[in-house]
Amino acid sequence: MNTDVLKLVVFALVALVAAIAADKAHDAAYMVHAILILVLAGGAFLWQLRTMPAPGTAPLESVREVPTGYMDGPIRAGVIATAFWGVVGFLAGTFIAFQLAFPELNFDWGQPFTNFGRLRPLHTSAVIFAFGGNALIATSFYVVQRTCGARLWGGNLGWFVFWGYNLFIVLAATGYLLGATQSKEYAEPEWYIDLWLTVVWVAYLALFIGTILRRKERHIYVANWFYLAFIVTVAMLHVVNNLAIPVSIWGSKSVVVFSGVQDAMVQWWYGHNAVGFFLTAGFLGMMYYFIPKQAGRPVYSYKLSIIHFWALIFLYIWAGPHHLHYTALPDWAATLGMVFSVILWMPSWGGMINGLMTLQGAWDKIRTDPIIRMFVASLAFYGMSTFEGPMMSIRAVNSLSHYTDWTIGHVHSGALGWNGLITFGALYFLTPKLWGRVQMYSMPAINLHFWLATVGIVLYAASMWVSGIMEGLMWREVDANGFLVNSFADTVDAKFPMYVVRALGGVLYVAGGLVMVWNMWMTIRAPRAQAVATPAE
Amino acid sequence: METYSFLRYLADSWVLLVLTLFFVGVWAWAFRPGSRKIHDDAAQAPFRHDDGPAETRR
Repeated sequence: MNTDVLKLVVFALVALVAAIAADKAHDAAYMVHAILILVLAGGAFLWQLRTMPAPGTAPLESVREVPTGYMDGPIRAGVIATAFWGVVGFLAGTFIAFQLAFPELNFDWGQPFTNFGRLRPLHTSAVIFAFGGNALIATSFYVVQRTCGARLWGGNLGWFVFWGYNLFIVLAATGYLLGATQSKEYAEPEWYIDLWLTVVWVAYLALFIGTILRRKERHIYVANWFYLAFIVTVAMLHVVNNLAIPVSIWGSKSVVVFSGVQDAMVQWWYGHNAVGFFLTAGFLGMMYYFIPKQAGRPVYSYKLSIIHFWALIFLYIWAGPHHLHYTALPDWAATLGMVFSVILWMPSWGGMINGLMTLQGAWDKIRTDPIIRMFVASLAFYGMSTFEGPMMSIRAVNSLSHYTDWTIGHVHSGALGWNGLITFGALYFLTPKLWGRVQMYSMPAINLHFWLATVGIVLYAASMWVSGIMEGLMWREVDANGFLVNSFADTVDAKFPMYVVRALGGVLYVAGGLVMVWNMWMTIRAPRAQAVATPAE
Repeated sequence: METYSFLRYLADSWVLLVLTLFFVGVWAWAFRPGSRKIHDDAAQAPFRHDDGPAETRR
C-alpha cells in the first residue's frame, strides 16, 4: 500500500473518531473541538484525494520532482502567522487592559465568553505561544538551514510542525473562551491539546536534530545551541507540568496528578523556565543570528557566547522557587531559587553585552538602520528586565512587589521590549529575503513602528511601576494600633489613572504592529522588478 | 534514610560537585589553547550559506 492511500485511511479514521467524540462530548469546548477536527480531517481527506495520482498512472517520483535548495515555504507561512497572531494578541491585551480600567467592558451580552477571566489566558497564550512560538519556529527553520548549509530534514515535516502548532493554538484559544482550562498559568490547555502539542513538539525536535546532523559545517553555530536548548527543555517542562488524568476521554476536564505545594513548585518550575527557555533561550538564538547578519559582522566574542549558553541553562533551571516566597514551600527551596536568580543576572548581561558589542565599529548603523535600532532597543530592554527580575526575586523586595502590578510591568518590559522588538527586527530582516525583495517597502514606516512600540512600552512599564509599588505600599500600611489602613477596593480605586495610561501604551503598541503588517503586505505585494537575493552592503 | 532526605543530601553534595566541575570544564574548554581559530571560523558560519545548501562537507 502506498503512502497516499495510507494518508486517506488515517484522515478517514480521524474524522470518524472525531464524529464519535462530537456525539459523546460531555462539554461545549470538547464538542466544538471534535467538530473542528472532524471538518479539518474531512478537508484533508478530500484534498489528499484530489491531489494524489490516480491508480495505474505514473509513480510519484516522476511526477513530483525532488526538491533542492532551502525549504522556505513553512518559514514564509510562519512569518505571516507571527505577524497575524502578534496583532491578535496585542489587540486582546489592549482590550483586557481597558476592561481592567473600565469594568463595563465585560459586556453582559458577551458573558461568559468575553469576560476578563477567559480573555486573559487568550491574550497570554496568543502573545507567548502564537506570536512568540511561530516566530521561534520560523526563525529556527531559517537559521538552522543557513548556519548548517543544509536543507530541512524530514521532507514535509516542516509543514506538519507549522500547521500542527497552529492547530494547537486554535484549540487552546477556543478552549479558553468556552471555559476549558486546567488553571495552570501559561499551561492552561486541557489534556488532549497537551497531547497534540507533545506530538508536534517531538516532530519539531526530530526535524531540528535531523537538520543539524546533515550540516556541512564542522561546528554547530551557537544560535542552534540556544534553539536546541529551547526545544528540549520546553518538551521536558511541558510533559511534566501537564501530567494529568482526564475525567473522561469524551470530555475536556482533567485532574492534575500533583497537589498542594508540590503542584505549586512544579507549576513555577515550569512557569519560570517557560520564560527562561521559551522567551529567553529561543530568542537568544535569534539574537545570535540576526544581529550579526544585520550588522554585517560576526558576533563580538564566540568564547563568551559558549560560556553565556552554559551559564544561562545551568542557572535558569533553578530559579523557579522565587515565585513562591512566603508560601508553604520550605524556606531553603525559596532561598535556593532566589540565589540562582540573582546569579543569573551575570550570564544575562554577558549575553546582552555580547549582542551589543557585535556593533563595535558599526555604531553608526543605530542612526542609519532602523532594524539595527530595533535590535539594540530589544537588548536594552533585555538588560533592564534581567536586572529587574533578579532584584524582584530577593525575598525582601518580593514582599513588596509580589501580587502587585509591578510584576505585570516587569513581564511586559521583557515581553514587549525584548521578545517583541527582536521579533519585529527579525520579521523586517526575513520578509524581503523570503519574498526576494531588496528591502522592506517603507523604511520610514519601520522607524515609525520603532517609536510607537518604544513609547508604548515606556508608558506601560512606567505606569505599572507606579501602580505596583503604590499598591504594595497600600497593602502593607498599618495604623498605630496595627490595623491595616486600606481595603483592597481602595487600591483598585487608586490604580485607575495608571490603568488608563497602561491601556494607552497598549494602543500605541498595537498601532505599531499594524504599521508593520501594512509594511509587510506592501513588501510582499510589491512588483519583483528589482529583486535580488541579498542587498549590497 | 527517607527519599526526601536522601535526595536533599545527594543534591547538595555529589550533584553540586559534578555540576560545578562540568561548568568549570566548560570555561576550560572554551579557553583551551588553539580554540581561537576554531571559534573565529564558527563565528563566520552565518555568512557562508546564504543562497543554498553547501555542496560538500567542509
